[in-house]
Amino acid sequence: MTAPIATSQTILVVGGGISGMTAALEAAECGRDVVLVERSPTLGGRTALLYRYFPKMCHPTCGLEINLRRLKANRRVRVLTMTEVAGITGRRGDYQATLKIRPRYVNETCTACGDCSAAVSAEIPNPYNYGLDKIKAAHLPHVMAYPQRYLLDPSIIGTADADQAKAACKVGAIDLEMQEETVQLAVGAVLWATGWRPYDAAKIQPYGYGRFPNVITSVEFERLADPSGPTGGKLLRPSDGKEAKNIAFIQCAGSRDENHLRHCSRICCMATLKQTQYVREALGDTAQSTVYYIDIRSIDRLEDFYQMVQRDATVKFVKSKVARIAQADNGDPILHGVDTEGYHRYATAHDLVVLAIGMEPESNAIALPQDVITDSSGFIEGSPDGGMCGAGSASSPLDVNRSVQSATGAALRAIKVIYQTASEEA
Amino acid sequence: MHALRTTGHQTIPAVAARYRNNFLKEVEAHVEDGEWVKMCMQCGVCAGSCPLGAHWEHPPQELFMMIRAGKRAEVLTSDAMWMCTSCYNCVVRCPRKLPITQIMHGIASYAQELGLAPEVQPTRDFSIQFWKNCTKTGRVNEMKLTVGLYFKDGLVAGIKQVMNMLPVALGLMKAGRLNPFELLRGHSPKDQKGIAAMLKRARAIEAQRAPVTH
Ligand SMILES: Cc1cc2nc3c(=O)[nH]c(=O)nc-3n(C[C@H](O)[C@H](O)[C@H](O)COP(=O)(O)OP(=O)(O)OC[C@H]3O[C@@H](n4cnc5c(N)ncnc54)[C@H](O)[C@@H]3O)c2cc1C
Ligand code: SF4
Ligand code: SF4
Ligand code: SF4
Ligand code: SF4
Repeated sequence: MTAPIATSQTILVVGGGISGMTAALEAAECGRDVVLVERSPTLGGRTALLYRYFPKMCHPTCGLEINLRRLKANRRVRVLTMTEVAGITGRRGDYQATLKIRPRYVNETCTACGDCSAAVSAEIPNPYNYGLDKIKAAHLPHVMAYPQRYLLDPSIIGTADADQAKAACKVGAIDLEMQEETVQLAVGAVLWATGWRPYDAAKIQPYGYGRFPNVITSVEFERLADPSGPTGGKLLRPSDGKEAKNIAFIQCAGSRDENHLRHCSRICCMATLKQTQYVREALGDTAQSTVYYIDIRSIDRLEDFYQMVQRDATVKFVKSKVARIAQADNGDPILHGVDTEGYHRYATAHDLVVLAIGMEPESNAIALPQDVITDSSGFIEGSPDGGMCGAGSASSPLDVNRSVQSATGAALRAIKVIYQTASEEA
Repeated sequence: MHALRTTGHQTIPAVAARYRNNFLKEVEAHVEDGEWVKMCMQCGVCAGSCPLGAHWEHPPQELFMMIRAGKRAEVLTSDAMWMCTSCYNCVVRCPRKLPITQIMHGIASYAQELGLAPEVQPTRDFSIQFWKNCTKTGRVNEMKLTVGLYFKDGLVAGIKQVMNMLPVALGLMKAGRLNPFELLRGHSPKDQKGIAAMLKRARAIEAQRAPVTH
């Protein structure tokens, strides 16, 4: 691959989720040159892994499709997938970024026919279903993937599977000799749109995630509800594949907790309210959802959605943070706690428990440039000189709507940096 | 509590006075770690995690709410905080990191100070005996403390308890963990005077604390 041409007038956007795509497009549509860097093999980020999104319960495809169309129509955005930022030096208006591009082993001529996938036998845990099922080692990430190009997992390189994949490809798109590349880039402004990741549920010891199969996280539940997910959209519990009818949702799992994430993740109340409607959709009036909560935080107009769910007879609310979970012999998780409205002690069995897991900044796992300031939870504010700033859920726990607003604001700041740099140079 | 409270020249009716968090303020001023009570967000984790479970009057969560609701008499005469076993289960799990165990003991000793603690309460009895025992010389005499506790309900009950615990006591003696001669004399620390002086000073500091007003 040739290095993309970039100058100090270029904006680098790190992370190609809904926020990164939005920031890149807004800046490009204002006439700026943008390099959009995404670590995974596809754009879309975690939004693409939701079944539906609140408040309108639309499929994530719609939102993403509009952005992909804008992207295809715009020549100013260069997209680099499987690419990470290895380091950034310099200052506002004058940065040197080092990018590492992992080999995909499939080039641009791929037609996404799928023959290579059929030809290989090795399977890997499916990262797009949070490891709940397996995917062929030669695969397209998911139906919404952009670019629509297959990839080979590095684990099969050097094996017979890789040769079979290569032999199966009629257009010669598979190149087993591809190597990791390092690219240097001069840019004027950097937007960090690296997003979030689910907090490690196993760290919440009393809830038994990882020990009790029928305790899962809300991101996994999104995949269970999705027809293209591991269960074909059926709400089957992991221990015995039985259909889960009586489902508990535990709010603030890892959030609002000095022992875990100290911030309120802001979206998980709404995510749970939404997911109770997945249960209703799957089971009709026989559905039973119980929401264990400290406070329900559905802000602004999202309150309407809360009121709608409150009227739903299949949904019950218990004001209490569950203290611990035990497991019955039949695999049912039993929730223990005390209800704040009356201080009644309960021990209630459910078929399945969904932990409304908190959002942790993804950037907690990467080395940010030294002058990037983060808040006490690790969300990115930016550099003091304004040359770098956070965008979307990398900057604060935000839903899609607010992520897009934040990304638009960030794009404007980056445009300002470029504008000022340009006028200084002129 | 007064029916009417005045601030400056303004008179506030009794209803408003109820919302002035007087008892919370009193707890903050007089109970060790009392300033933490207002940080409780009523999540229920401590109540649900306490091994005493359903066996006591009010779990910590409820007690903290009662403090904020101004239920002074109910809180201070309650048996609840005396039941805390200091297992610290609640403390390690509290999402707000309240020092719950310390507050429980703080409220108990404040109630004791005010003479409001329940009359018949085994933990309280034990605490009083323990305190008397250890402040006498500066070192706890386990033999005397145990015997004192066993015989507190009379001779017959005491003998019964001793017989019950005899195998344990013999085991401890064999292992060199219990010396029956301590009953007669007991040993004490080197600087007994120093300890007495320290305790005196502690009492003086305590006496300096703001007087109780309510
Ligand atoms: C259970 C659950 C349900 C939800 N449901 C809804 C809903 O119904 N409606 C709604 O509005 N919101 C919902 N959300 C929130 C929604 O997922 C986020 O608002 C959205 O994902 C934010 O998009 P983003 O682009 O900021 O971050 P992300 O989606 O996390 O995208 C970040 C991108 O950056 C990439 N990246 C990360 N690090 C690097 C790096 N170092 N280098 C290069 N690239 C990198 C990632 O691969 C990813 O593609 C839900 C969240 C949860 C947890
Ligand atoms: S790499 Fe070749 S075989 Fe595989 S999907 Fe692309 S075009 Fe088809
Ligand atoms: S949004 Fe709701 S579930 Fe999520 S952390 Fe905030 S209060 Fe808890
Ligand atoms: S666990 Fe902490 S915050 Fe929760 S009710 Fe108990 S004291 Fe309050
Ligand atoms: S320390 Fe006391 S209040 Fe806390 S859980 Fe243990 S017994 Fe209960």
